[in-house]
Amino acid sequence: MSTAALRRRITENLTAYGMLCAALVCFAVFSWYPIVRGVLLSFQQVNFVTAPDWVGLENFRRLLADPLFWTAWRNTALFTGLALVFGFALPFAVAVLLNELRHGRAYFRLVVYLPVMLPPVVVALLWKWFYDPGPGLFNTALHAVGLPGLSWLDSSGTAMISLVLVSTWANMGSATLIYLAALQTIPGDLYEAAELDGAGLWRRLWHVTVPRTRFALLVMLLLQIVATMQVFTEPYVMTGGGPEDSTVTVLLLLYKYAFVYNDFGTASALSLLLFAVLGVFSFLYMRATRRAES
Amino acid sequence: MRTLVSTSQLHSRRGKSLYWLVFGLVAVVFTVGFVFPLLWLFLGAMKSPAELAHVPPPVLPGQFGVRTFTQAWDFMDLGRYFLNTVLVVAGAWLVQLAFDVPAAYALSKLRPKWGNVVLGLMLATLMLPASAVLVPTYLTITDVPLLHVNLVNNPLAIWLPAAANAVNIYLLKRFFDQIPNELLEASTLDGAGPVTTLWRVVLPLSRPVLGVVSITSVVAAWKDFIWPLLVFPDPAKQTLSVALQRFAPDTPINLLLAGLVLASLPTIAVFLIFQRNILAGLTAGGVKG
Repeated sequence: MSTAALRRRITENLTAYGMLCAALVCFAVFSWYPIVRGVLLSFQQVNFVTAPDWVGLENFRRLLADPLFWTAWRNTALFTGLALVFGFALPFAVAVLLNELRHGRAYFRLVVYLPVMLPPVVVALLWKWFYDPGPGLFNTALHAVGLPGLSWLDSSGTAMISLVLVSTWANMGSATLIYLAALQTIPGDLYEAAELDGAGLWRRLWHVTVPRTRFALLVMLLLQIVATMQVFTEPYVMTGGGPEDSTVTVLLLLYKYAFVYNDFGTASALSLLLFAVLGVFSFLYMRATRRAES
Repeated sequence: MRTLVSTSQLHSRRGKSLYWLVFGLVAVVFTVGFVFPLLWLFLGAMKSPAELAHVPPPVLPGQFGVRTFTQAWDFMDLGRYFLNTVLVVAGAWLVQLAFDVPAAYALSKLRPKWGNVVLGLMLATLMLPASAVLVPTYLTITDVPLLHVNLVNNPLAIWLPAAANAVNIYLLKRFFDQIPNELLEASTLDGAGPVTTLWRVVLPLSRPVLGVVSITSVVAAWKDFIWPLLVFPDPAKQTLSVALQRFAPDTPINLLLAGLVLASLPTIAVFLIFQRNILAGLTAGGVKG
């Protein structure tokens, strides 16, 4: 390579890195460095006065000995499971139904997405008011049709499902619209052909609609698992983890360890465990979207 | 377009009545499910505390008016929190555009040495759920490496981490990749440097992707709760969401409801205005059938 060409290459690279540097610094300081630090912290005890102590697996041992640790995982699994039952199946059913309607689609799309635009804290405080066992909207409605009221957030038996309902209401809009977009890419002749073969409504749904939206369904399933396992705002604002720890989620416990007990080492150990679990789903999600791109 | 149910089936007499029955049901369920709760909030905000405590509560407030809204505004000092939130959101938006657009452009068109490694490292952070790095990121904010400054209670604590957004980089780069190189070469032959080319040629072509990135970043920053909760312990600096949550236990219920209405108005307004772009952004992440 001639000197002139070499010099040009160097200037080009310098310009490119000049344009990259602001973003690079942000990634390095606020993303890459914390990732490495989080792993290290999991094996340390820190007090910010003296140098951090290496404690080996002590943080993990402390976590496993905490009964709340197991409660938190159980609750989170319950939340995720219930959220999938509602939040995964319902938007798909709604999208299939909306796709058949020839009128008012713009209105339905607008309305189902409205809650997605509200700040989660507003949604949580609003539903907390709806759940009020006395003058709350839900018990008022139940009484109006002659049914007994429920205790909603005030009983450990119903608190978690109440949180699932809030989160489903607030989030189902995006899943619905993504499915709707996927449904609109299905060529009409496929239905036509299936019908000529004598396939009824349900068989067409099962053999045309579902396979053709399989990718969107898979991606949303993984995204939803990752999102719902990180649930924080609803339990933090609405129940604080109660009653009787029935809504303590992993993230709520993590918050407690870090910002109530100031035990950042154990909190990081918990983050690492959460990452290990979520990492599997994130990895599958990345692979699924990559494959679709190529 | 042909869907699950054929047009001929819809046009039969039975099909028609069934269609309108289903349509009516969907219309009622959607309105009751998604519009009514917000209407109930709006009506609730105008009721008196006595009306709100009554079982069952009256459907309509005894008297309509904006009084509770102005009271709530003063009681919770909402003006301050609106301003804080606008500052945080606008800053996060500007920083994301100012940092991520040139970065994505450099990765897409200038293709420096190690560019693919950098891109790979950026995209790898997508696999990382935000909550898994919450604690170490918080500790980084309290003592930024090398500079040793504490960004707690400083909007920079929101702005700078917001720029480390791999989705932005990915969307922007994918868009820039589709711009033909001939256009850029023509600009270079005219003697323009890469920055000028980006500003004069690329950005005007990139309105759609800039719109998507802008709206998603503004909405995400407005809705965010856990991160502002951590980095703004000082009540005077807090965003609207954090402040509302703090006020909730000791605020008369009608004033709190009025506060909730006021806090939702901006996002609902943004939604109604930019509906098309927002819904386009939803499917821009590559989630298509």
